Amino acid sequence: MQLILFLLLVSYSLKTGYCDWDLNLLIMNYLLGAFKPACNISITFTDGKNRKQVPIKKDNGQTVMNPLFQSQETISGKISIEPYQGKKVEHNGVKVELLGQIEMYFDRGNFYDFTSLVRELDVPGEIYERKTYPFEFSTVEMPHETYNGVNVRLRYVLKVTVTRGYGGSIVEYQDFVVRNYVPLPPINNSIKMEVGIEDCLHIEFEYNKSKYHLKDVILGKIYFLLVRIKIKNMDLEIRRRESTGAGANTHVETETLAKFELMDGAPVRGESIPVRVFLTPYDLTPTYKNINNKFSVKYYLNLVLVDEEDRRYFKQQEITLYRLKEETS
Amino acid sequence: MRTFAGVEDEDKWLAEGIAGIQHNAFFMHRALDANNLREVLKYSVLMLSELRTSKLSPQKYYDLYMRAFDQLRQLEIFFKDESRHGLPVVDLYELVQHAGNILPRTYLLCTVGSVYIKSKQAPSKDVLKDLVEMCRGVQHPIRGLFLRSYLAQVSRDKLPEIGSDYEGDANTVMDAVEFVLQNFTEMNKLWVRVQQQGPGTVREKQEKERNELRDLVGKNLHVLGQIEGVDLEMYKETVLPRVVEQVVNCKDELAQYYLMECIIQVFPDEYHLQTLDTLLTACTQLMPTVDTKIVLTQLMDRLSNYAASSPDVLHEFLQVEAFAKLSNAIGKVIETQLEMPIVGAMTLFVSLLTFTLRVHPDRLDYVDQVLGACVVKLSSVPKLEDARAMKQVVALLSAPLEKYNDIVTALTLSNYPRVMDHLDDGTNKVMAMLIIQSIMKNDSCISTADKVEVLFELIKGLIKDLDGTNTEELDEEDFQEEQNSVARLIHMLDNEEPEEMLKIICVVRKHLMTGGPRRLPFTVPPLVFSALRLVRQLESQDGDIAGEDVPATPRAVFQILNQTIEVLSSVPCPELALRLYLQCAEAASDCDLEPVAYELFTQAFILYEEEIADSKEQVTAIHLIVGTLQRINVFGVENRDTLTHKATGYSARLLKKPDQCRAVYACSHLFWVDDLDGIKDGERALLCLRRALRIANAAQQMANATRGNSGPVTLFVEILNKYIYFFEKGNPHITPSDIQSLVELINNEMQSDNGNTTIHSDPFFTSTLRYIRFQKQKGGLMGEKYDPIKL
Repeated sequence: MQLILFLLLVSYSLKTGYCDWDLNLLIMNYLLGAFKPACNISITFTDGKNRKQVPIKKDNGQTVMNPLFQSQETISGKISIEPYQGKKVEHNGVKVELLGQIEMYFDRGNFYDFTSLVRELDVPGEIYERKTYPFEFSTVEMPHETYNGVNVRLRYVLKVTVTRGYGGSIVEYQDFVVRNYVPLPPINNSIKMEVGIEDCLHIEFEYNKSKYHLKDVILGKIYFLLVRIKIKNMDLEIRRRESTGAGANTHVETETLAKFELMDGAPVRGESIPVRVFLTPYDLTPTYKNINNKFSVKYYLNLVLVDEEDRRYFKQQEITLYRLKEETS
Repeated sequence: MRTFAGVEDEDKWLAEGIAGIQHNAFFMHRALDANNLREVLKYSVLMLSELRTSKLSPQKYYDLYMRAFDQLRQLEIFFKDESRHGLPVVDLYELVQHAGNILPRTYLLCTVGSVYIKSKQAPSKDVLKDLVEMCRGVQHPIRGLFLRSYLAQVSRDKLPEIGSDYEGDANTVMDAVEFVLQNFTEMNKLWVRVQQQGPGTVREKQEKERNELRDLVGKNLHVLGQIEGVDLEMYKETVLPRVVEQVVNCKDELAQYYLMECIIQVFPDEYHLQTLDTLLTACTQLMPTVDTKIVLTQLMDRLSNYAASSPDVLHEFLQVEAFAKLSNAIGKVIETQLEMPIVGAMTLFVSLLTFTLRVHPDRLDYVDQVLGACVVKLSSVPKLEDARAMKQVVALLSAPLEKYNDIVTALTLSNYPRVMDHLDDGTNKVMAMLIIQSIMKNDSCISTADKVEVLFELIKGLIKDLDGTNTEELDEEDFQEEQNSVARLIHMLDNEEPEEMLKIICVVRKHLMTGGPRRLPFTVPPLVFSALRLVRQLESQDGDIAGEDVPATPRAVFQILNQTIEVLSSVPCPELALRLYLQCAEAASDCDLEPVAYELFTQAFILYEEEIADSKEQVTAIHLIVGTLQRINVFGVENRDTLTHKATGYSARLLKKPDQCRAVYACSHLFWVDDLDGIKDGERALLCLRRALRIANAAQQMANATRGNSGPVTLFVEILNKYIYFFEKGNPHITPSDIQSLVELINNEMQSDNGNTTIHSDPFFTSTLRYIRFQKQKGGLMGEKYDPIKL
């Protein structure tokens, strides 16, 4: 936590991809509040106290903590419905759904559910006082990770619905976060490449791996084989390329998540500059490939050299990010 | 890139930078007080970002840097105390590396790194290696230099040198050396690059600024020199080759010069001695514009001092053949650096010579070798005209003189005169004077003809006119001083062995004869007297001389003398020649060589007759001749008669009467020598006196006729004194009545002319009279003698 803040303050103020896109939902919540629902629905997870919570940025920019799950986990807990004092709740049944949803920017409010599981909790009837229902979704397949992108959002949510014929159903959501861990990749080659502009600049760079986990360190070296331009500085950028849609509708958004200065001043021929970039401070996700034919997220290392006339020379290399199972947690 | 703006602008930027640092330092301190690591890091990064400026000159940047440096000390204290920030240092080490800008990042990394080493949670060598590597990211010359200088500073007390806390296990002194070497190499690369920015118009200013930065680089070498545990082996195998490699490869004039100087200054002498090869090879590989001579000079000076410091170390010099190596290196440098002015080469030779003299005082061949190399170099240039070069050559030539305190040693150096040949005439003279002064100072005696030959070859600038010298321009006083020195020098040439001495005299004579009319009057007299000394020496050991095959006979010497003086008479300098002839004649007389003495006298007379025209000179000459002749007792009657006759004749023919008078009464002594076996011809003595009286009379009359008063009563009084002298000595022909009549005559003269002359002659005459009275009253034999005289 500290690390992230620190970076945001001292480094470059990164452009956040936040957009106020879920307006409908907001209004609906507001209306519901205005009509004062007849009951209070709370959802608790079985190991809610011990389960790791991770921060999720909400639509309004606030950050909330949500419990963290991974695929194949059993999601269980209790749902309690407590009518407000002196009120009774008539209903046509109570159910809980586990939804995995993808929401696209250009198709706002329209959720594509790639996972949908339902548990009926109660038959139609009336609730006079607080009533608690246990629920359990065992070994749920949750192949995709929660993702909050520029143009797309993937979320997991528990949706409790108290169905009522009159006055509309009472609905309560509980978001949770899914992260999936993968083992160390068996093959992880370094990236090594020689690039240049003829008679002008010739460099060879090397990054120690092509696949990095999210808390990894990028190590490498930049060799200057030929320098005929006056370089002012050299940065390594971490860029995220999020492409949404398919075919002609493909929309690509690129963000620079990190700009890390590797070198200050002009090197001479034969110089080698070390690269050491810790990934921890940055808000990265694993690489996502074609999630339900809806979107992809790719990461690139962009080596940028700036000369004294502020011309930029760069070379972009894709890297694969993955989430390595943490030993400690 | 820094544009060269006005000083005002720069001051403004500096002020802004300082303000920025102070501002952020304030917040940093507040965070430090609150132990808030996050804020501390944030503001320290902001503070350090001020150092990213490109607008300041090195000096101003230094000012800025120092302010940041002070703050970083505070930060370091905070980092050290884990209880304040709550992070293990290893995490801290990673955390500071998250900063996006390289300059603040590396400054913080170095700061934490030093804490990390201190905590001993990681081997110091690993941390140091990492730090020095990570600093590579700053390639801007000035920023990089200061960053690395900061690294050097914070790591200085944390090197794993021997005896330090950080040494041991895997951390060896080698790691410390490696670290410093690497930092040095990188810093030098950056430093060299400082100059390569900007157009030629500002080159000069940049060079100056660059020079201000050099100590940052040199500091590393100082550290290397101070690291405990760098022994000779390590120095030889690792430190020096690496440093030298960097120096040679950087191909930068300023850097090469400064760093070579540093190397020579910071490392111990014995190391230099043992690594001469490396050092000297490096010197020959420097850029042609580098002032290698100063570098080499310093090296040699240090080595010379080292050699002088203790006699124990001298064998080391021999062991490594220091001389041969230095000599070779200098040869190579001179050969390769064609641009080097001659003065440079000469300076080098001077240093080498100084070195040689200190280290190998016994090896004259080395000295000669140096001089030989110098000759070769000098021969390659048309004519030595550079005054400074000349000065160096003089220094070169003086060094052996000073060292050995003995010209004799220098004379054995075959190349010595050859070097001197290359001096211009003026300098040649100066050098010759130095040589002579050295001889005088040390009172050294040159005792063989060969050496004299060499010596005179050396000082030939003083002995004769060299080609193309404009004699009229010479300062008369200087000239006299020079010649006087030569004269003094001649007296320093001496040998107990007459034979050798004779040779010496011949050699000297040969050289002096080339001197020309201006020099001979100065140089011949000492030669003559030197020869006369030999004569006397020969005479005193007369008994030992056996056989005719001995060449050193007085006769031979006199032959030489005769020839020598003869030259002088033709110079012309007849008065001097005359005196010398007389001196020689007297010496010949002492040697019982009558014919020789006679011959010499003849020469003197001839001179008198033919060459001495001035009447005053004549008077002097006559008195000299008379005086000498009086003392000589070798002549037979006939010869003596001839000579005395001649002398008296000359006396009577002087121009002025008083002169005549005096010369004639002086001649009276020729007939009465107050010795045991001296001639005692009283009659002729009296004749002379009488003749003198006549002349005095004539003189008086002449004076009366022309001026109306009779002046020369003095002459009579003088003659009276002569009368009294001979009277006392017992000349039978002088009677008391003679004296009495003379006294009366004088009285008459004085009365007849009672003018002012009375006053003049009174004292002399009165005291003469008093003397006569005194003798009368004294009684005894003398009193009786005087008795008949009545006053």
